[in-house]
Amino acid sequence: MSIEVKETCTGCGVCVRACPFGAMKVAEGKARIGDACTLCTVCVRSCPYHAITIERPTIPVERFAEYKGVWVIAEHEGGTLKAVSFELLGEGGRLAKGLGGELAAVLVGNDVAGLVKPLGAYGADKVYVIEHKLLESYTTDAYTDVLAAVIARHKPSIVLFGATIDGRDLAPRVAARLRVGLTADCTGLEIDEKKRLVQIRPAFGGNIMASIVSHSRPQMATVRPRVMKAPKPDETRNPKVERVEVTLDSVTVRTKVLERVTELTKPSEKIEEAQIIVSCGRGIGKQEQLKLAYELAEVLGAAVGGSRPIVDCGWLPHQQQVGQSGKTVSPRLYLAAGISGTIQHRIGMQSSDTIIAINKDPEAPILNLANLGVIGDLFQIVPKLTEQLRALRQAKELR
Amino acid sequence: MKIIVCVKQVPEITEVKIDPVTHTLVREGVPSILNPFDEFAVEEALRIREKHGGEVTVITMGPPQAREALVKCLAMGADRAILLTDRAFAGADTWATAYTLSLAVKRLEHDIILCGKQAIDGDTAQVGPELAENLGIPQITFVKKVEVDEKARKVLVHRETEDGYEVIECRLPVLLTAIKGLNEPRLPSLMGIMSASKKEIQIVTAADLAVNVEEVGLKGSFTEVVQVFAPEPRQKGTVVSEADPDSAAKRIVEFLQAQAII
Repeated sequence: MSIEVKETCTGCGVCVRACPFGAMKVAEGKARIGDACTLCTVCVRSCPYHAITIERPTIPVERFAEYKGVWVIAEHEGGTLKAVSFELLGEGGRLAKGLGGELAAVLVGNDVAGLVKPLGAYGADKVYVIEHKLLESYTTDAYTDVLAAVIARHKPSIVLFGATIDGRDLAPRVAARLRVGLTADCTGLEIDEKKRLVQIRPAFGGNIMASIVSHSRPQMATVRPRVMKAPKPDETRNPKVERVEVTLDSVTVRTKVLERVTELTKPSEKIEEAQIIVSCGRGIGKQEQLKLAYELAEVLGAAVGGSRPIVDCGWLPHQQQVGQSGKTVSPRLYLAAGISGTIQHRIGMQSSDTIIAINKDPEAPILNLANLGVIGDLFQIVPKLTEQLRALRQAKELR
Repeated sequence: MKIIVCVKQVPEITEVKIDPVTHTLVREGVPSILNPFDEFAVEEALRIREKHGGEVTVITMGPPQAREALVKCLAMGADRAILLTDRAFAGADTWATAYTLSLAVKRLEHDIILCGKQAIDGDTAQVGPELAENLGIPQITFVKKVEVDEKARKVLVHRETEDGYEVIECRLPVLLTAIKGLNEPRLPSLMGIMSASKKEIQIVTAADLAVNVEEVGLKGSFTEVVQVFAPEPRQKGTVVSEADPDSAAKRIVEFLQAQAII
C-alpha cells in the first residue's frame, strides 16, 4: 500500500485540515504524510489539485493470519441501540468462539458513551468508541471515512453490519474502500474447518440458498435483521473501551441532510421490527376495511403489512409493503388475511417462523405455505378473532 | 445533463429452480427481463433529460444476450447503450462488477448516475455504492424523489428510511439508487421500439477497457459461491375449512396458544 503526493501539490494545507487522523502536515511547501495515516482517502478527495493518490493493493493470502477477532458495527437511533446490534453480538460471539478470538463492537456517533455498557452486556469484549459532532447522524461519507480507517488499522478477521437501510448503504462503501469482498443480507454464518467465514444467504428471491466465502480480509457481511437470536444480557459485564480520536471536516461530507421526516410513528406501522405482522391483500376489498387488521394488530401487539396491490392503490404506505418490491420480513408470526400468495409476495415473508393464512379461495397458494390455513371469510373471522383475543387478554389481566 | 443508467438483465426469478439431482440452477427456458428496479432508474433519467436536456446513456455488463435489456431501455427513450461483454467479465461478484463498470463510466461524462436499488436475482444492493466508491463520487441510496437544480449543479433527494425519509442535498456528480415509488415507468411506444432497433449498441470488451483480466470477472472477485442448495421446505401445515366464523377464530386462538405465541 502506498500514498503519494505528486508535483502538482501547492502546499495549500486543505488536506491537513481534512485528515481525520492528524496524519498530514505541510513542510517545505508540500504536503507530507505521517505514520498516523490509515489510507482512508479523505485527503485524496479533499485535494483541490488532485495531487494525492493512494494505491491499495489486495492483501495477500499469507497475511490473512494478521486479521483477528470479530467486529460488529453497532447501529443506534435516538440514543438507543437497534435490536439488530444485539442480534449481531449474539452471532458475533458464537463466531469469535469458533475462531478463538475477541468480539468487539464499534460505536460511531456523538455523545454515545451511554451505549457502551449495553454492548458489553450483550457480549462485546471490547468497544471502539468513535465520537464526533459530524457523526451525530448517519452520512455515507463520514461513517465510511472513520470505519474504513479504523478497520484498516486494527485488522479484524470478520466485520458484520446489520442489513438495514443505513447498513446496506455503508457496508458496500466501506468494503469497496478497503477493496474487500462483501456478502449481502446473510441469514446464516458458520466457521468452517479452515477457519473461514461461510456466509449463507438466499438468492433468486429465496428460491435458492448460496454459501459464500471471501478471498480477502476482513471478511465482511451484512446480516438480515430478526434472523439471528440476541443473547441474554449480562449486566455485570464491563467491556474494555478504546476511544478512537478523529477530526472531521464538513467539507469531506458531500451529502447534506437537510431534514429527517418521520412518517411512521406507531409500532403498528413498523413491520421490520415487529414480532407479529398482520398482513392484508386484495381480499380486504376497501381501504376502510383495513381497520379490521389494525384492530387485530392492536390486541396482538403486531404491525400491519400489506401485499403490493393494496400499496399500489395507496391504501398503505410503501414502507409497509411485504414482498419483492417491498420488504423482506421474518417475524415470529405472519398472519395473512386475504392474500393469495403470489411468488413475489412469498419472497418477502416465507422465512417467517409461523404463518397463518385466512383466505376464502381454497386454491390460494398461500395456504400451502401456512402452518395453519383457514378457508373462510376474513370479514367475519378477523373481527371474531380480535374479539376472542381481547377477551383472553382481559381475563389474563384480571387474574 | 449527462446521465448514465446502469442496468442488469435478470432471469424471471419466479421460474428459477434448483435441479434436485445436480444441485445446480436450472436456467433453461427461463425468460430474461430488465431488472424491475432499473426501470425506475431509466424512467427517472428520461424525466430529468426531458426537463433539463442532455443525454441518457444506459450501460450493462453481461453476456451478449444482455443487449435485449439495453434494447428495452432504448425503446423507452434512452439515447445510447453500451454493452460490456467479454468472457473475462464472467463470474464477477459485486466488487468486480462495480470495478469493471467504473472503468467504463470513467470514460464518459457523467453528472448523474442512476441504478436500481438492487437486482432481483442477487438482491445485494451493493453494486451502486461500490461503483460510487470506485468513481470517488457521493451516493444516495433508496431514493424516492429527485429534483435537479441545474444552475447550482445540485440535486435535492428524498431517501427512504425505516420510518420516513431524509431530505438530502448533494452537488453533482452523484450516484443515486432508485426504489419503487420514485416514478411510474413508461411503456415503450411503438415509435420507441422501432427507433430502438435502428440504434447501435456499442460493444466494449476487456481489451477496450485496457484492463488486466486478473482484476475482472471471477478472477477479480473477492467472494466465491462455494455451494448452492435448495432452501429447506416449510413443514406441511394444516388447512381447515370452518363455516362458522366463531369456531374458525377459536381454531386460530388455540393454534396460537399451542405455539406459545400468545
